[in-house]
Amino acid sequence: MNPFEYAPALESTSIVTIADRYKLFINGKFVAPRSGKYFPTINPATGKKLSEIAEANSADVDLAVKAAREAYVKVWSKLSAAERGKYLFRIARILQERAREFAVLETLDNGKPIRESRDTDIPLVAAHFFYHAGWADKLKYAGLGDQPKPHGVVGQIIPWNFPMLMLAWKVAPALATGNTVVLKPAETTSLTALLFAEVCQQAGLPNGVVNIVTGAGATGAALVNHPGIDKIAFTGSTDVGKLIATSIAGTKKNATLELGGKAANIIYDDAAIDEAVEGIVNGIFFNQGHVCCAGSRLLVQENVQDEVLAKLKVRMSHIRLGNPLDKNTDIGAINSAAQLAKIKELSAAGEAEGAERWSPPCDLPAAGFWFAPTIFTGVSQTHRIAREEIFGPVLSVLTFRTPQEAIEKANNTPYGLSAGIWSEKGSKILWTASKLRAGVIWANTFNKFDPASPFGGYKESGWGREGGRHGLAAYLKAGK
Amino acid sequence: MIIDSSESSLKAFLQTLPRVDEVGVNARAAMLATRSIKTTSKAWAIDTAISMVDLTTLEGADTPGKVRAICAKAVRPDATDLSVPSVGAVCVYNDMVHIARTTLDQIGGKAIPVAAVATAFPSGRASFAVKAQDTKDAINAGAAEIDMVIDRGAFLSGRYGEVFDEIVKIKELCGDKAHLKVILETGELVTLDNVRKASYLAMLAGADFIKTSTGKVAPAATAPVVLVMLEAVRDYFAMTKFRIGVKPAGGIRNTKDAIKQLVLVNEVAGPEWLTPQLFRIGASALLNDLLLQRMKMRDGYYASPSYVTLD
Repeated sequence: MNPFEYAPALESTSIVTIADRYKLFINGKFVAPRSGKYFPTINPATGKKLSEIAEANSADVDLAVKAAREAYVKVWSKLSAAERGKYLFRIARILQERAREFAVLETLDNGKPIRESRDTDIPLVAAHFFYHAGWADKLKYAGLGDQPKPHGVVGQIIPWNFPMLMLAWKVAPALATGNTVVLKPAETTSLTALLFAEVCQQAGLPNGVVNIVTGAGATGAALVNHPGIDKIAFTGSTDVGKLIATSIAGTKKNATLELGGKAANIIYDDAAIDEAVEGIVNGIFFNQGHVCCAGSRLLVQENVQDEVLAKLKVRMSHIRLGNPLDKNTDIGAINSAAQLAKIKELSAAGEAEGAERWSPPCDLPAAGFWFAPTIFTGVSQTHRIAREEIFGPVLSVLTFRTPQEAIEKANNTPYGLSAGIWSEKGSKILWTASKLRAGVIWANTFNKFDPASPFGGYKESGWGREGGRHGLAAYLKAGK
Repeated sequence: MIIDSSESSLKAFLQTLPRVDEVGVNARAAMLATRSIKTTSKAWAIDTAISMVDLTTLEGADTPGKVRAICAKAVRPDATDLSVPSVGAVCVYNDMVHIARTTLDQIGGKAIPVAAVATAFPSGRASFAVKAQDTKDAINAGAAEIDMVIDRGAFLSGRYGEVFDEIVKIKELCGDKAHLKVILETGELVTLDNVRKASYLAMLAGADFIKTSTGKVAPAATAPVVLVMLEAVRDYFAMTKFRIGVKPAGGIRNTKDAIKQLVLVNEVAGPEWLTPQLFRIGASALLNDLLLQRMKMRDGYYASPSYVTLD
């Protein structure tokens, strides 16, 4: 028994007010859905209902798209670029002022630890708005000619793993480049997007520039297929990404897709081992492993495998799983019952295929959705857990003997979103990075994000880039 | 046996140690600094930290009166509350050891060891004969702990054998009469790679404790430095089954910093190190802040600093 058990240190929830029911945000106002339907949103850490969310049908989506079109034609496209930038700066400042409120609400609705929503998600959200606010009147330096033009009305669909951060990645560049937006948050995590709608009102953003339609797959399909949409921006699963690509084929619609991943995290024998172990933990257990660019395949050089795994197991025994509102929690709740079932199914497949499963001693809370941090050793390339995206706190450990073998194994996947390289030898890092087929490559770190840095995938991990100067290209048409 | 005592085997061994990535260590230390220690765990941490303080006075202006005063404080840190534990040790210069020892014995502090800084502290720039005599004097005067400094000049010029041999010889002088703490003076070693190498050098040469700093050089006991040293003692235990202690010293002035140190110990070396036998904090001003925080937990409000004694 450890004498230094940390007493509960709960973040207060008194800063947030959650309504019994949420309507759609269309043309600057909260309006009841034409569908008349609402669905529950729950706290995944308790399983209890937090509120009810409107389910937008195609009539609701149509209203939202029309509002966005009108706002684009009559207001937003007429505004000077500097004025557009001012609105973004104002939104960014309000997000900073209300950061604690957003962090607590995100943790309640998503299940992620307050340490991450407070220290990572929400600060990055504000940073994305500040960064893109600065671009608004400098677009002629984006490398797309002297007068690049917006597409018009953008339909954006975002996932549940980083609800506010993905909103920021989508909305900030769209507005900075002069587009108007219809956004659909994920059905399990709509609350912070709806709080963001309040921020748009508070900032005095013109009506219809940002519209938020809540709902599940059918709402997303209505948005994708609406003829009034000029561009689709989607982050989510590769399966849905393929559906979107199919349904917009033959239309004038542009698309950026940020899809799944099965990133290789390569540990060479000359790595700084202790920090590499930190990087493994950060790569796969950050945000419960609900990260498209998670380092879910550990490729460790065989001659240091024992040392790395021994240290990893010690480190994992210090991971604190539990109430996401506790400031000392490292791993929170799995976002939904459906996601938990998928993680359990793939983990069972890993055992059935002969990989060895290990988790540190870990008490899982009785209510809500939980999964202990888990590693599989003895995994080979043919195993499902080495090929399919698990999107949970589950690491597959594979080994390699030479740098060439590491590259071959790392690239042997339909995905290509991210990768990590750990070595104290600079030339080896550069050589490896040049051979890896992945959009984001981290050297001696993992899961680091910055609004100035483009993000996106190769192969089935997606089309286009988000963030940085490259990300602007997704929301602009080149023009002289 | 990990090494023989030759310079070449030492060099070869130190070369096998994994490098330290400073950015990664800083990030880990910053993350652990966000741990929020409240209520019962805070109360435990404050009392544990008090029991780990090496209450220190290392001034040219030290006098017998000053040393007697800190001895009284060491035995009963808060004279109004006898539930406050005594500190881990009293740490003084060589010539004050006798006064400290006799004072402690007279006032009920027999169990509190006197630690003496030795080997031409703080610079270590003297002949070995002088360093040896310094150590013998301290032990003869009743020091149960010797805080020696390594020869940083020898270390930085790659003469690891010299550094090693000096520690071995001082350890021999300590025998079973005194524990040996080896001060790395990490502020002069500068890089975390050097901190890791020097930690192993000291442990292999027979240190009972590795200590960050003299307190005379800044930066001293920063969280990244302590983290790397805690990793070293953890890994050395895995290798040899010997638990070596760690003593951060210098710059830890308030309760928050002390609790952050205990979090580092807990989550890097492990809870086995959460004892004064394996973790000490070299400090002077820290003790009063711990006492004020303890009063706050007891009474529910902050007391004026006038309610704790100066020394």
